Parts: sequence; structure tokens; C-alpha cells
Amino acid sequence: MTAIAPAAPRVVYSRPALLTDVSTRYCPGCGHGIVHRLLAEVLEDLSLGPRTIAVAPVGCSVFAYEYLGLDWCEAPHGRAPAVATGIRRVRPDAFVLTYQGDGDLAAIGTGEIVHAAARGELITAIFVNNGIYGMTGGQMAPTTLLGQRTTSSPTGRDARDAGYPVPMTEMLAVLPGVAFAGRGSIADPSSIGRTKSMIRKACEAQLHGDGFAVVEVLSNCPVGWGMTATESIQHLKDVVVKTYPLGVLADRTGRGRPTAEGGSPAAGGPAPAATKEG
Amino acid sequence: MTAVPTAAPTPAPGEDPAFSLAGTPESPRRVLMKGNEAIAEAAIQAGCDAYFGYPITPQAELLEWMARRMPEEGRTFIQAESELGAINMALGAAAAGARVLVSSSSPGISLMAEGMSYMAGSEVPIVLINVMRGGPGLGSIQPSQSDYFQAVKGHGHGDYRVPVLAPASIGEAMDLVATAFELAERYRTPAMLLADGILGQAMEPVELRFRTPERLEAPWALTGADGRSPRVIRSMNLEPEALEEHNLHLQEKYHAIAEREVRWDGERLNDADLVIVAYGTAARVARTAIARARASGLRAGLFRPITLWPFPTDELAALAQRVRGMLVVELSAGQMVEDVRLAVEGRVPVAFEGRMGGMVPSPDEVLDALRELDASGVSALRSRRARRRQPGPVSGVEHLHERTPLPDAEPGHEALSIFGDDAWMPLWYTVPVASRRGHDGPGRGKRGPAGHSGGKR
Repeated sequence: MTAIAPAAPRVVYSRPALLTDVSTRYCPGCGHGIVHRLLAEVLEDLSLGPRTIAVAPVGCSVFAYEYLGLDWCEAPHGRAPAVATGIRRVRPDAFVLTYQGDGDLAAIGTGEIVHAAARGELITAIFVNNGIYGMTGGQMAPTTLLGQRTTSSPTGRDARDAGYPVPMTEMLAVLPGVAFAGRGSIADPSSIGRTKSMIRKACEAQLHGDGFAVVEVLSNCPVGWGMTATESIQHLKDVVVKTYPLGVLADRTGRGRPTAEGGSPAAGGPAPAATKEG
Repeated sequence: MTAVPTAAPTPAPGEDPAFSLAGTPESPRRVLMKGNEAIAEAAIQAGCDAYFGYPITPQAELLEWMARRMPEEGRTFIQAESELGAINMALGAAAAGARVLVSSSSPGISLMAEGMSYMAGSEVPIVLINVMRGGPGLGSIQPSQSDYFQAVKGHGHGDYRVPVLAPASIGEAMDLVATAFELAERYRTPAMLLADGILGQAMEPVELRFRTPERLEAPWALTGADGRSPRVIRSMNLEPEALEEHNLHLQEKYHAIAEREVRWDGERLNDADLVIVAYGTAARVARTAIARARASGLRAGLFRPITLWPFPTDELAALAQRVRGMLVVELSAGQMVEDVRLAVEGRVPVAFEGRMGGMVPSPDEVLDALRELDASGVSALRSRRARRRQPGPVSGVEHLHERTPLPDAEPGHEALSIFGDDAWMPLWYTVPVASRRGHDGPGRGKRGPAGHSGGKR
């Protein structure tokens, strides 16, 4: 009788090295921590940490530079895509990342995000949409759902006064400069897995010189929504996704840098110019 | 008496004589250039890595020149979606260690105010050019100096200052672009060049004499955290103690700039009874008025601030000890005049003459104001001041350098330009009054700006 030797212990889960070992300022149940982790995992998988320059927004994730061990530049409210553009153009070998919330990207920063996307800047944009201004106390955002109560729409968002939720990523997806646009969620493990693969794809689009890439991540705000963490996750799954359906909205990856006339080199044109990116 | 450009060297075969920048350092070529284009080329020759802009009159040619020349040099040019976009692209590029230029005109500068505040707070060096137009609001595209308050007293929010350089000729503007990069990088601050619609749009003979400031180490620049700890460029700091500490550091830096970087120019001051204080285009008009005043026996001189911040406060205070009155001339309702009065502290009467909205005072209007100042009250002061005046040189004033005297002109010679005959005489550049004060200012502290030599430039 030979004894069965116990299997050697195997690490199945650990903190990505890019995530700093500090307590975040996020509220209990907030989804930002999950998005930070996904980002750290993808950057590590692609060995991008040492050449990443990231741009932090104004909003709850303003302190992202304390949680991800990268070079960071703070941007004024909404201006992260412009700041990232400046970095991109003078540091062609850098991997350039923006991290913005929905107030930042879909309200005050609409001009900057639209034109960075239109120029096809080689930037990967992470867009965390929780439908509310969390940091300032839970006011209505352009992404707030119809009927949703916030501190600045106390009787619920009224389409007659405040218009309709802005489907920002769908709007960006139609621009030819956009190589990849997708919407994921942090509501459950399978959504989180799909979101991670979208983030990876959005990073690779930059590395291959395909163009601008954006991943919208539907997230929760238990405090701002007036719910428990569990309720907010259920609300995300049952209600929010009806206004903001999940999935890939544009995929023009694999085309490489465009020609001067805007054509794709992949369709028989010259080789992609941005080979040093990949 | 307009300066006539000397004949340019014969261009080599195939050389475009209009745009060729050939010439030797010993004998730089002299060409006729439009202000906006000359400033743009000077920035390129100063080593500007990236330019971001948005079309606005009267600075549009600056953007157009950059659109053509920056790609030729393999450098970055972006026409941004707005001035907000441009200034924030500049923030990003400069945070990544590039030498960055942004230009705009008054309404665009208002939009860029936010970015200026962030860059001041996070100590990001850029150079911003404002080719001023008439305001407020959309105003007009004609020359104006109505943005003095905006430039000097702060564009955006917060306790901050930026060096502001005010050229009075296109040639001087070319030189001051390089100076602006030097100041920006030496002190890790945005710096401004304040021009107006005339300096942007007029053509003047300029010598193609360029200066490329030395590159300083930038151990703060974002390059990717490869083999070192991560770097963060930020202005946010929610801890009051830490933010106060940061503000004290900024104030220490501004104090050092005020101690070391005052620049000004003077003409015919040594025997002057009355002084015109003017900068930029207004100083050009004032020169003609001064020549006419002297022709009629009124001893007038010109004091021309080149740095609007730091303002030559001490120099004006010293000058006030030996003149009977000052006349401030501006293309505004009177903005710099407040700083002159603060400097003079009531020692002499300070009068003001200005036009607004794109109107430029004529030399005779300025002369009339000078005569009025001479007649009203100043004569009453004469005997009192004569009693108070100390014999011998007054501290600080010995550095007032007399320029090559211009011939005293008779009134009425206005044929050559709207500013009169003397306005377009070449202006001399000046040097910082470096020897005036010590160089042991507080900016040398633990977080003080590095690499300052204190030398003349």
C-alpha cells in the first residue's frame, strides 16, 4: 500500500503586483476595486506596467494613482483624453491609459473623449459607469437612468427636464478612429471575466496600432443609489443593463495604422507604421 | 526713419528665399517676418518638441506656421478640438518631459485658465503665448492690452503666479520665447508671453538669431515606471497640512522668481523729468511721443517693463525719487497703472492715457497727456521735490542704461506708420537686472528650482 502523496500547494489567487498594498478610499461594495484589479491583471499579463503612463480623472477614482503602481498624471475634470493625447504623441513607446468615470467622460469631458476617439489616438480608455456623481454626494449624471432618484433629481430623472441617458460608448463606436468599443459589467463572475477579456482586447488594439479603444464597465454605487451592496449588484443585473446592453459595440482591431487617406493597411495597403508599438 | 532691412545674402540655387533660415551665427540673416510666424519659428529653434493650438485670430498664423514646420522637424503638432483640449494636451506632453508651446488669443486664454491653474499646482513647465485682442467677450481682433490683469494677477483659481514676458518688437519676441522656455523649465512653472494684435500681425525686419535653451534634468517627468518607483504628477492634496506645505513651496519659488528675474528697459531716463511707463506696442507709440516732447523742450523718458510679473517695482520706486511725474500708456482702460501706483506709493503723480477695444493712441494723444501731466500739479511739486531730492546717484537707478539716443523729431512726421516715425526703430533687448540683487534667495531651499545660474541672458 503506497500512501498517496498530498498535492503540493498551488497559488490560485494572489494580489497583482501592480496593485499597491493600501486600503482604498472607496465605499463598501463599490465596484472600482474590481475594475482596478482587472486592469492590473491585464497590464501584468501583457507586461505593460513598466511602460505605462496612466491618466487619472476627477471623481471617485481620482486617487487611482495610489492604488495602481504606475506613472500617473492627474487631469482636470473631463480632460483625461486630451492629457493622454499629449503624452501619447511625445512618448511613442509608452502604453497610454485613461481611467474615467461617467460624470468625467460623459458630461464635462464629452469634447475631449469624442475627439481623441475621432483622431484614433492610440489610447486605451477605461470608462466606469455607475450612473451617478459619487464623490460629490450622488448627483444626477448624464448616464443616470430615467426615474432614478439622486440628490439633484430628488423625484427621479424626468425626461422632460433632464433628457435621456447618454449611450456614450455606442456614440463612440460609430467613429472610424475607434478600433475597439465594448461594454462589460462587474455584476457577477462571468461578466467580470468577459469584461477582463474586453480590457485585454482594448490594450492590444493600442499595441497593434489599430486606433482608439474604450471599454465601458457598468459598475455600482451602493451609497449613491441608496442600496445595500447586494441590492446594488442585483439592480445592475436586472435594471441597468436594460438601458446599457452588454457586449462588443465595435471591433476594428487587426487593421493596423490607417493610411493618410484613412484606409486600412490590412486590406492590401502598406504595412502598419506603428510596428514599434507591437 | 523706419529701419530698412539690409540686403539678404543671395540665396543658394534652389533655396527658397522667402523661407530660408540660412545664415551664420556670426552673421545672422536679416529678413522681414510677420510676428506670429517669427515667434513660431523662434520656438522651433528653441527646441520646442510639441505644439498644441486652436484657430483664433489674431494668432492663427502661429498655428499655421507650426502645422507646416513641426512635422518637417519630426515634432508634434496637433490642432486640438478646443483651447481646453490644447492646454490639456500640453499638460500631458509636458508632464512626459517634452518642451511644449501653446498659443491662443484672449477668449481662448480664458478657456485655458483651468489648465494653467493645474499646471501651476502640479509644477508642469509650458510656454503659453497670448496674442491679445480687444475684449471683453468676443470683442474684436484688433490690438489690445486688456488681458494684463488676466496674465499678471492669475488666469485660473488658486494662489499662483506665472512669469509674464512682454515683448515690444518682433525681434524681442523671438528672443523672449527662448527666455520663456528657460524660465518655465528652471522654475517648473507655466510661463506666458504676452503679445498683442500688432506684434502678431505686423511684419518687421528681424535678425534670424535664435537661442536653444539647455535641457535640464527632469527627474519628475513621466516615462513609465521601469526600474524605478512610480511618479505622479498631480495638484490634488486633501490633507490641509500637506497642501499648505505645497503652497509654501510654491510661494518660495515665486519669491525667488521675483528676486531674480525682473527684466525691464529704459530710454532717455538719465535726465528725464517725466517718464512714460508702457510695455509692448504702447511702448512703441510712447517712443515717438517722447521724441516729440524732447523736441519741444520737455525732458521725457521711457520705462518699459519686460517682465510684467515679476514687475519692476523697486526700479520704478527708485525712479520716482528723481522724476516729477509718470504717465502710464496702455491699450486698455488702465490695468498696469495700478501696479505702477503701488510701486510709486504716491511719491509722484501717476497719470494714465489709454485707448480700448482695438484703438491705439496716436503719439500726439500721448504727447498731449504728457503736457497735461507737466502742467497740472507737477509744477507745484517741482520745488518740493527739488528740496527732497538727494544729491548723487539714487540707489537702484544707476542701472538705468541709456540707449543710443534717437534724434529729436519735429511733430508731424507720421508718414511711415500709424505710430509715428520712431515707433519702428529697432528696439534693443535688455538683460535681466541680475546684478541688482543677491542670488541667495529662498528658492535655493530643499525643494528650490535647480540649475539656476543667476547669470545674465
